[in-house]
Amino acid sequence: MSTPESPRPMIDLRHVSKWYGPFQVLKDCTTKVEKGEVVVVCGPSGSGKSTLIKAVNGLEPFQEGEIVVNGISVGDPKTNLPKLRACIGMVFQNFELFPHMSITDNLTIGQVKVLGRTREQALEKGLKLLDRVGLLSQKDKYPGQLSGGQQQRVAIARALSMDPIAMLFDEPTSALDPEMINEVLDVMVQLAREGMTMMVVTHEMGFARKVAHRVVFMDHGQIVEDCTKDEFFGTARSERAQAFLSKILHH
Amino acid sequence: MTEFDWGVIWKYREALWDGMLTSLKLFAIALTGGIFFGTLLAMARLSHWKAVSAPAAGFVNLIRAIPFIMAIFWFYFLTPMIVSKFTGQQGEAVGPFTSAVVAFIMVESAYYSEIVRAGIQSIPRGQPSAAYALGMNYWQSMGHVVLPQAFRNMLPVMLTQAVILFQDTSLVYVVALKDFLGAASKAGQLTGRIVELYLFVAVVFLVICLAASWGVKRLQASLAVTR
Amino acid sequence: MDWKVLLEQAPSGGMTYLGWLWSGLFWTLAVSVCAWVIAFTVGSVVGVLRTAPLRIPRALATAYVELFRNIPLLVQMFLWYFVMPEVVPREWGDWLKQDMPNLLVLPFAAQFSLWEFTAAVLCLGLYTASRVAEQVRSGIQSLPRGQTGAGLAMGFTLPQVYRHVTLPMAYRIIIPPMTSEFLTIFKNSSTALTIGVLELTAQSRQISEYTFKTFEAFTAATLIYIAITMTVILLMRSLEKRVAVPGYIAQGSGH
Repeated sequence: MSTPESPRPMIDLRHVSKWYGPFQVLKDCTTKVEKGEVVVVCGPSGSGKSTLIKAVNGLEPFQEGEIVVNGISVGDPKTNLPKLRACIGMVFQNFELFPHMSITDNLTIGQVKVLGRTREQALEKGLKLLDRVGLLSQKDKYPGQLSGGQQQRVAIARALSMDPIAMLFDEPTSALDPEMINEVLDVMVQLAREGMTMMVVTHEMGFARKVAHRVVFMDHGQIVEDCTKDEFFGTARSERAQAFLSKILHH
Repeated sequence: MTEFDWGVIWKYREALWDGMLTSLKLFAIALTGGIFFGTLLAMARLSHWKAVSAPAAGFVNLIRAIPFIMAIFWFYFLTPMIVSKFTGQQGEAVGPFTSAVVAFIMVESAYYSEIVRAGIQSIPRGQPSAAYALGMNYWQSMGHVVLPQAFRNMLPVMLTQAVILFQDTSLVYVVALKDFLGAASKAGQLTGRIVELYLFVAVVFLVICLAASWGVKRLQASLAVTR
Repeated sequence: MDWKVLLEQAPSGGMTYLGWLWSGLFWTLAVSVCAWVIAFTVGSVVGVLRTAPLRIPRALATAYVELFRNIPLLVQMFLWYFVMPEVVPREWGDWLKQDMPNLLVLPFAAQFSLWEFTAAVLCLGLYTASRVAEQVRSGIQSLPRGQTGAGLAMGFTLPQVYRHVTLPMAYRIIIPPMTSEFLTIFKNSSTALTIGVLELTAQSRQISEYTFKTFEAFTAATLIYIAITMTVILLMRSLEKRVAVPGYIAQGSGH
C-alpha cells in the first residue's frame, strides 16, 4: 500500500452525480486515487464506469458533487480545463489515434501545440517513448497500418509524451482481439510498477490482481465496492460483485 | 433556318475573355469565402450554446429557402446601404461587383455550411475527446484533428458543389454584371448573332464542367481505394 | 418601414401591389408544377434506363444527364427561349415568337405570352429531369441486389420487376431527396424572370422599382417563399409517413 504524501489525494471524487435528462448515470459516487496508487474500476456494462473516468478530466460534465485533481476542481467553470487535461494522460477504448497523422506526428502534436515544446524536443521524447513500447520501427507509418494492439501501445506512448502526473485508462483492451491484449497489459503493468498514478476501467482481473492497490466495483451508476485488492478478491462482500466476478472469471 | 456566322465569336474574343475572367474571379472569391464562412457557420450550428447555434441555423435556413436570384437582389440592395452606414459615405461606395461578391459569399457559405456540418458529424466523437484529453482547446481540436479529417471526407462533395457554383456565377447576369454570359449577351445584342454566341457559351460551360466533374469522379475513385 | 404601400393601387393590371405579388406567386407555382410534371416523368424514365442492362439506352441516358447537368440553368433558359426559334424552320420560329397567345385571358393577367411560359417550363423541367434521374438511379441502386433476382425468379419480366418490385421501394426511399428537388425547381423558377415571365421575384423587384420600397417588397416575397417551402416540407413529411413500409426505415428520414 502506498502512503499519501500530500494531504489531498491526486484524484478526489466526492458525491458525484450525473443525469442524462431524467436518467441518472452516476449516483453519489465518492472515491479517490492517491499519488502512486493504481485503482481498477470494474463493473457490468452500462454501470457508469466509463462516464465516471471521463468525468475525472472533464470530458463528461456532471451536475452534482466535486472532483478535485491535483488540487484543481474539475467542475469549476473558472478552471482552465485544457491546462488540467494536459497533465493527465488518457487512453481510450478505441485508441483514438489521429488517422490523418503519422505515428510520429501523433506523438508530437500535443507536445508542440499544447506544451509549446520545440519540434526537436518533442521528436526526441516521442521516439524514446515509442521505443519503450517496442514500436520504434513503425514511426513513419499511419495508424491505419498498425494492428489494434500496436495502435493502443502508441496511444499510451502519446499520453506519456505529455509527462502526465496521472493516467486514466478507459477499457484499454476491450476493443482488441484476444491475442493482442497482453502486449498492451504488459506496458501497463510496467508503468504501474514504476509508480505511475493510474485509474483503470477494465475487465482484466489478472491485471487487477497483479498491480492494483484498490478495486472499485460499480453497478447501476453507484459505487458498490471500494476496497483493497486483497479484500476484493478474498471476500467480495456484495452479491452483485460476487455475481459479476463469477461471470468474468469463467470466461 | 438562318445561316450561322461563327466569325462573330472571334471578333468579340476580347470581350468574351474579359467576361470569362470576371466569372472566374467571382467564382474564386465566392468559393474561398463560401468555404471559410461556411465552416464557421457549421461550427456555430454545432455549438452547445443556443445563442450561437440558433442564429446560424436561422441564417442558413433562410438563405436556402429563397431563390439564388432573390438572394442576389437582397444583398445587391443591402450591401451598399450597410457599407455607407458604417463608412458614412454616400452612393457609389461599393460597386456592383463588390455587391455581387457579397451576395455569392453569403449564399455559398449557407450551402457549404451544410456540407461541412455533415463532414464534422461524420468524425467519431472519440477524436475530439482524444484531442481534449491531450489538453487541446476547442480551436486546436477543430484545427488539428476534426477539420482536417472532415475536409478529407467531404472533398468530393465540396468539389461537386464548386462545379455547381461555377455554373451559378452566370446568375450575376440579373444585376447586369458583365460575366461570360453577360459579355456574350451584349455582343449578341450588338450583332444580332445571339444564336452563335449562346451556343458558344453553352459549349464552353459544358466542356469545363464535364472535365471538372470527370476529375472529381476520378478523385473519388482513388479516395475510395486508399480508404 | 411602410407596409401599407402594398395595398396601394398598382399602375397596371387593375390591382394593388399585393395583387402583383399574388399574380407572381401564381406564375411561380404554375411554372414549378408544370415543370415538375416533366421533370418527374422524364427523370424517372432516364433514371430507370441508367440502371437497365441495355447498353445503348443506358449510354443515351447517361449522356442526357451529363448534358443537362453541366450547362448553367440560365444559359439553358436562353437556349430554349432565344436560340430554339432560330434553329427550327422559320415558320415554326415565327409562330413561337409572335403567334402564341398572350396570357391576359387567365385569372392572373400576365404581360407575357405563352411562349415565355412554355420555354421556362420546358427548360426547368428537362434540366430538373437530369437531377431527378440521378435520385431515381441512386434509389434503385440502394436496394439489395437480391430483389431484382427474386423478382425474375418468380417469372416476372424485367419491366414487371421494375413496376412491381424495384420502383415501389425506390420511390419511397427517395421521397426526402425528391422533396428537395421540388423545392429546387420552385426556387429555380425565378430564373424565368430573365426571359420575361413575371413570377414572384420579378414582381417584387418591379414593386421596388415603382415604389422605392425595396425592403418591404423583398421581405414580402421572401416570406411567401418561406411559407411555401415550409408547406411543401410538411406535406411531404406526412406523405412519407403514409407510404412508409413497416419495419423498413427509409434512408434520410433516420434520426
